[in-house]
Amino acid sequence: MTQSRFSFPIIRSAGLNGMLVTFADALSEPSNRATLAFSEAVKTRGWPGVQEVSTSLASVFLRFEHEVLRHEALKDLLWGLLAEQDWQQAALPAGRRLWRVPTVFGTELAPQLAEAADAAGMTEAQAIDSLGSARVRVLTIGFAPGQPYLGPLGAEWNLPRQTELTPQVPVGALVLAISQFVLFATTAPTGWRHVGQTGFRGFQLGAEDPIALRPGDEMIFTPVSRSDYDRYCLDDCHFGGASQEEIPA
Amino acid sequence: MSGLKTLRIGPLASIQDQGRPGQLQQGVSCSGAADLLALAEGAALLRQGADLAALEMAGIGGLFEATGGLRIALTGAPMQASLDGEPLAWNASHQMQTGQKLEIGAARKGVYGYLHLGGGIDSEVLLGARSAHLMSGLGQLVAAGDLLPCGPDHSREVGLGLLAEDRFQGGALRIVEGFQSDLFDAEVRARFANTAFKRGSRANRMGVEMISDGAGFAAAGQLNILSEIILPGDVQMTGDGKPFVLLREAQTTGGYPRIGTVLPCDLSKVAQAQAGVDLHFTWVSLEEGLAIQGKHEALVKALPAACKPLLRDPASMQDLLSYQLVGGVVSAQADPFDTGDIT
Repeated sequence: MTQSRFSFPIIRSAGLNGMLVTFADALSEPSNRATLAFSEAVKTRGWPGVQEVSTSLASVFLRFEHEVLRHEALKDLLWGLLAEQDWQQAALPAGRRLWRVPTVFGTELAPQLAEAADAAGMTEAQAIDSLGSARVRVLTIGFAPGQPYLGPLGAEWNLPRQTELTPQVPVGALVLAISQFVLFATTAPTGWRHVGQTGFRGFQLGAEDPIALRPGDEMIFTPVSRSDYDRYCLDDCHFGGASQEEIPA
Repeated sequence: MSGLKTLRIGPLASIQDQGRPGQLQQGVSCSGAADLLALAEGAALLRQGADLAALEMAGIGGLFEATGGLRIALTGAPMQASLDGEPLAWNASHQMQTGQKLEIGAARKGVYGYLHLGGGIDSEVLLGARSAHLMSGLGQLVAAGDLLPCGPDHSREVGLGLLAEDRFQGGALRIVEGFQSDLFDAEVRARFANTAFKRGSRANRMGVEMISDGAGFAAAGQLNILSEIILPGDVQMTGDGKPFVLLREAQTTGGYPRIGTVLPCDLSKVAQAQAGVDLHFTWVSLEEGLAIQGKHEALVKALPAACKPLLRDPASMQDLLSYQLVGGVVSAQADPFDTGDIT
């Protein structure tokens, strides 16, 4: 890839009043770990002029007031912070949670499990074992409110996006491509394969905490039967029976 | 409570304010009015804060009836407007009395016209803003029968006009290089700025297609780049090298490469370009871009002072008394915070 000529991390400007610190040009656990840890460190510093800090898969974005904080001054601060430790091995921020989400894999609720399993060279049962036992991290939240990108899954799940879009997947759909899940927080078309269905609503307007997940949270999509799934959804219309527990720092 | 009852409305009208900056981490798009300058103009004309919400009307307006006395202002893409059949000036503030009907027609140029209410539209605040963002499930399009309620109005002044900046006919878009610009060869970037574009037919509040003759503007072998943060103004190239200028309602992340970022102050021009309008890009350095944007922000700050009483031809004034009433003449004893009707 063109970007590989960079030696990471790199700091580049983004628009007129943004700065992007990028740890890698490919997704990996260490680069995402660095992103989450560095973002937390930037927030903790509370530099005057910084208006917003957010993360993507392998970058930290800062929006700032250039009248207060000049581009070069911010770069100096960022390089200084980068030099403080090896961010790829940094501890993840505290306060993360592990979510266990009852999930129906396959069936008419998630009709693309079979073709995804096939593409990964597995039977459906093997695919359910693999996907249903994976403990994945909220790598970033993006595209739509409360919608997490989750991973990384093993290389066997590095499936390309479909060329044709699926016109509509429902809220709670677990879709898969390029060794990641997305857990749909909205109803939308997608080029990813719909392999599981949950009752988890990542965005609930009007709730006390409308967006449940935070980057760094972890999730396990526990396989359940259709009848159990229906019962979970009936009992818990917000999260479809998902449980959460604090991850010890 | 004063407000406007919607009797008839175009298909793509929604309540918009300055949007939801600062929530990228939760996947929440900034969104907000497509033409932020129009929001600021309306606020200046009504002597109120630019953070208040207004009605954004795409291409065509509607018919509204006042449920109480209220002040309005009209900004953005100029549209035919009349009050009980009497023509109303655009880029101006006006008084409406209970039961009066405001009719807003099609845009004469540009795309998005704005109807502002004194006190703003007091609709529900969703994730910190009143802006509808349909893809995110925030708010809805305004439909016939809907009431647009006014918030507390702290001013009485009407009859002001403003000479609005003409951003309705395309032209130059100043663009700075961004973190993915070097995915494009220098030749491609240069050719990009030397190309005459027209606004394509695919355009909405999220982004606007740019079409041109000749080769596309593909990035050099990068189709596997990681999804990365999107900023309003980013010019994204689709697989076949066709540029889309992303607006404030764009999703928060995307995987298509971006050649650069149009300055915030030029995004009104992008949003307001009708299909077929001529547009071109001009590269500016970061320093130049900051200076241009700074100048724009100074102009926006000066908008309240730029609002002047509308000039009226006495010969065309049918009812001098009513003009006096709507001219914002208040007695020295009047309580400026009394939000009662002027009538």
